[in-house]
Amino acid sequence: MSEVKPRIRLPRSATAGKAAEIKTLVSHVMETGLRKDADGNTIPRKIINRFTCEYGGDMVIDMELEGAVSANPYVEFDIMVGDATEVVFTWYEDGGNVYTETKELSVG
Amino acid sequence: MITRRETMALGLGAATVTLLPISVSAAADDAIAAYTGGASVTEGDVMITAPEIAENGNTVPISVEAPGAAEIAIYADGNPTPGVAVFKFGPAAGSHRASTRIRLGGTQDVFAVAKMPDGSFQQAAVEVKVTIGGCGG
Repeated sequence: MSEVKPRIRLPRSATAGKAAEIKTLVSHVMETGLRKDADGNTIPRKIINRFTCEYGGDMVIDMELEGAVSANPYVEFDIMVGDATEVVFTWYEDGGNVYTETKELSVG
Repeated sequence: MITRRETMALGLGAATVTLLPISVSAAADDAIAAYTGGASVTEGDVMITAPEIAENGNTVPISVEAPGAAEIAIYADGNPTPGVAVFKFGPAAGSHRASTRIRLGGTQDVFAVAKMPDGSFQQAAVEVKVTIGGCGG
């Protein structure tokens, strides 16, 4: 199984009181559970089923994902910039694994 | 090692999956009804943006936006399972829009259903023509 590796792009500088765009991508096969291997056995589902972004302790976006989200799930959304700098990203995988990444937003 | 014969079998599998959707569009209606709890869904300010023609159904860029919405759910009526994703916007959201990339098993309608803070629902749909499906192969 390939490694689950998050990639995050924050704006270079953000202004308090304004929206700022965040782009995230996590490397993941997003196995749907619908495919069969060469022997006809169903390959079990293994997807990222939830993604959240929190900023200064407040939820920015909480996303539920199904198998119909492409491999290497990409999500783009906006954050309302305030005084806080810490942005926490969390990906939840089938089977209970959780991947967390924290980034510093430069508020100028 | 994948033999030529296995490759052919995989191709056949993909063809069956892309044929299936014709009979399952009611599943999307059911899924949307389950999400809304049977509440009536109106057309409103919700917007869904997708390419008119997607060459590769494995990764179709899609954007949804609904000013003021608490949540936006995406459904694809021609996929083996209609649910795609639900975005819930929190207090630190800078807008009520989001973009992602989705799998489409064939040409079909993609729906965005927005849940408004007052509990009402709004919906928009867009047709995406898919030349290579993204579910089986």
